[in-house]
Amino acid sequence: MSEATPIGTRATLRWLWRQLTSMRTALILLLLLGLASIPGSLFPQRNQNPLKVRDFLAAHKSIGALLDKLKFFDVYSSPWFSAIYLLLFISLIGCVLPRTIVHLKAIGKEPPLTPRYLDRMEGHTFVAVSADIALDSAERWLKKNRFRIRREAGSISAEKGYLRESGNLLFHLSLILILVAVATGGLFGSKGEAILNVGDSFVNTPTSYDSLSFAKFQREGSLIPFSLLIEDFKAKYDPATRSPLDYTLTVGASNPIGSAPVTKIIKVNSPLTYGNTKVYLQANGYSPIVTVRDKTGAVTFQGAVEFLPQDANLTSIGAIKVPDMNPQVGFLASFLPTPASSKQRGAFSVYPEVSNPELLVSVWTGNLGLDSGLPQSIYRIDTSKMQRIGLKALLLHQSYDFGQGSITFDGWQQWVNLQIVDDPGKLYALLGAILAILGLMASLFGRQRRLWIKVDEAGQVEIAGLAKNAAPGLIDELTLLKKHLEG
Amino acid sequence: MSSRNLAFLSNYAIYSALVVLTIAFFSHAVEVAFSVRNDEAKTNFDFAKTDRWGRIGTAMMVLGVIFNFAGIVLRGLSAHRVPWGNMYEFSITGSFAFGAAYLYALIKYKVRWLGVIVSIAMLLTLGTAITVLYRPSAPLVPALKSTWLAIHVSAAIISGGVFLLANTVAATYLILDRMEERGGRPEWAKKLPSLEALDQLSYRLVAFVFPLWTFAVIAGAIWAESAWGRYWGWDPKETWAFITWVSYAAYLHARVTVGWRGRRAAWLCLFAGSTFLFNYVYVNIWGTGRHTYSGL
Repeated sequence: MSEATPIGTRATLRWLWRQLTSMRTALILLLLLGLASIPGSLFPQRNQNPLKVRDFLAAHKSIGALLDKLKFFDVYSSPWFSAIYLLLFISLIGCVLPRTIVHLKAIGKEPPLTPRYLDRMEGHTFVAVSADIALDSAERWLKKNRFRIRREAGSISAEKGYLRESGNLLFHLSLILILVAVATGGLFGSKGEAILNVGDSFVNTPTSYDSLSFAKFQREGSLIPFSLLIEDFKAKYDPATRSPLDYTLTVGASNPIGSAPVTKIIKVNSPLTYGNTKVYLQANGYSPIVTVRDKTGAVTFQGAVEFLPQDANLTSIGAIKVPDMNPQVGFLASFLPTPASSKQRGAFSVYPEVSNPELLVSVWTGNLGLDSGLPQSIYRIDTSKMQRIGLKALLLHQSYDFGQGSITFDGWQQWVNLQIVDDPGKLYALLGAILAILGLMASLFGRQRRLWIKVDEAGQVEIAGLAKNAAPGLIDELTLLKKHLEG
Repeated sequence: MSSRNLAFLSNYAIYSALVVLTIAFFSHAVEVAFSVRNDEAKTNFDFAKTDRWGRIGTAMMVLGVIFNFAGIVLRGLSAHRVPWGNMYEFSITGSFAFGAAYLYALIKYKVRWLGVIVSIAMLLTLGTAITVLYRPSAPLVPALKSTWLAIHVSAAIISGGVFLLANTVAATYLILDRMEERGGRPEWAKKLPSLEALDQLSYRLVAFVFPLWTFAVIAGAIWAESAWGRYWGWDPKETWAFITWVSYAAYLHARVTVGWRGRRAAWLCLFAGSTFLFNYVYVNIWGTGRHTYSGL
């Protein structure tokens, strides 16, 4: 009894393994993987747009909580999605590895023996050629056409298209390589963003980032030591459609920090590259420059504040927070690069470039709520504990006195959002992808087939063939061979 | 010639394609409808009577595809770029790819009967494009300024054209299969190929173009890496491209390894093709994510 259990277990395990590595299971898993990725395109995903997830949860309270529990907002890192692709890859490995071994063993081996009865094979036909020269002649033709041949007394067995299975296996092994590369990118590396005004400097250390995340096994001190000075940013627009044509960011890059800066250009499709680390230009906008003074005329705030673009003409909104005044003051503001106004829409921008810009401010006083410890958007103000005390449209260099102080619209600057990514797995993913394509082409376009020629006792010469997976063209090939032998 | 004139010429070419394809559609319809003559108790085909219509149809198809192509090239010339910047341009290129795939198949296989379906599909695509999706010829936004635009989009559009042709064939298979099950094909359908041939043809088309689709997805990933800072981010477009890829991979495995044929294979083929169509229509127009270049 005590021995029956392990055998039973082993048998069960073997049965399970066989089930898992069967083609039918792989097929089901493949379709399941497709189905399982659908929810991720229908529901907002945390790793892409956390704000949208928050809005969705707020709008659909009860169903949202359930969906959240089922990981519908983190589909691609959810247990059920992972389970499907891990099972699929185990099944893949279980299927491909044994086949690879068989395939490697077959390298350099002769084709199998000529079957006894050729008339049961495809395209069987007799050839009108003398038996004495038939085999030599056929061997020459087959060799010229790069068949592997096995010559026996009275017959030749030839095979071609070995590459088909090689390609097939290469393709599947490459998929495993891609999965490993993706996993590497997920376990090592880092990804962060920084918003910088023209004129600002960026030093690649964790404190310089607005947001930064390290992968599980990445040490925090591993960031490449470089620094960037944002020298210039130019945006070009199409006057007819007002859509952007080109963004050019010029930086002075020092790698390592302190070395002589090198001028580099960063564009949307051409990031700055340091090994596995790349610096991308992701977004841009305007930062109005303002000076805020208190009643005595002392400066309480001065500088450029990043505003968030709202439309194609870069009507931008933002918040200027002055916690150092008593009571605290905040400005909710709109920046209009090229202003216009209508009765229906109020004030808005009509072109994305700056020409006689306007800054609309509404002045709030009270408690900015900065001490609560909750993270706040830099573009918004929580006005629940504040009251509005003024409203004004400012032209360039104009000031507005709101009683407790004044605000001056001094100018503007442009800001850029840089994304800095370190992904050590991506080159392997690329290698895997290239190999996968090559393998796929070999396996789909390759034709594996066997040809036989045989001289029977009566001295009659016959030929036939067999094509794997009903690959086309076998009959044509046999016709050519026949022509060669008879001609 | 000025950009404006080139853009006008491009539009004229598309309108001409619409006219010519309408003629092609009617010619093919006449060919299919009148090629059969019922003599007493026996059905005969009178090819002499309708072959001319078929040939007119094919000639018009060729002309229509040429006009369609001219429309694309002129559009590109007018904007000084590859003509794949918005959904209008994707659609006229997709229609061309579909038509060209049909003409290619016409050389290799006897698929003139497909002309009815291909011409009406091209008509609908071009018609929708020029009325609903039309946008003036304009330069590209910075994110699209990359060599990968030409590589990634052309590969994706050609794959789409061939996938949809395979779908058309698979759908024809299912309809004829049903007719045969219910007591035989009607007269007009007797000229169409055997079920076996249709089954093979749809498989050939998919097997032929699947590597190209794989390449389109990979080229997109390489481009995304240089433009967006990651090669794969489960953006809705990427997700659905992945679903299409997985579906066709399942189709190929089902056929080659498990030996699916006929009805089941045709349904799977239709399903895979519809994921492509869904990606094109839904994600471009209503979807979110980074592939929002429809211009709508």
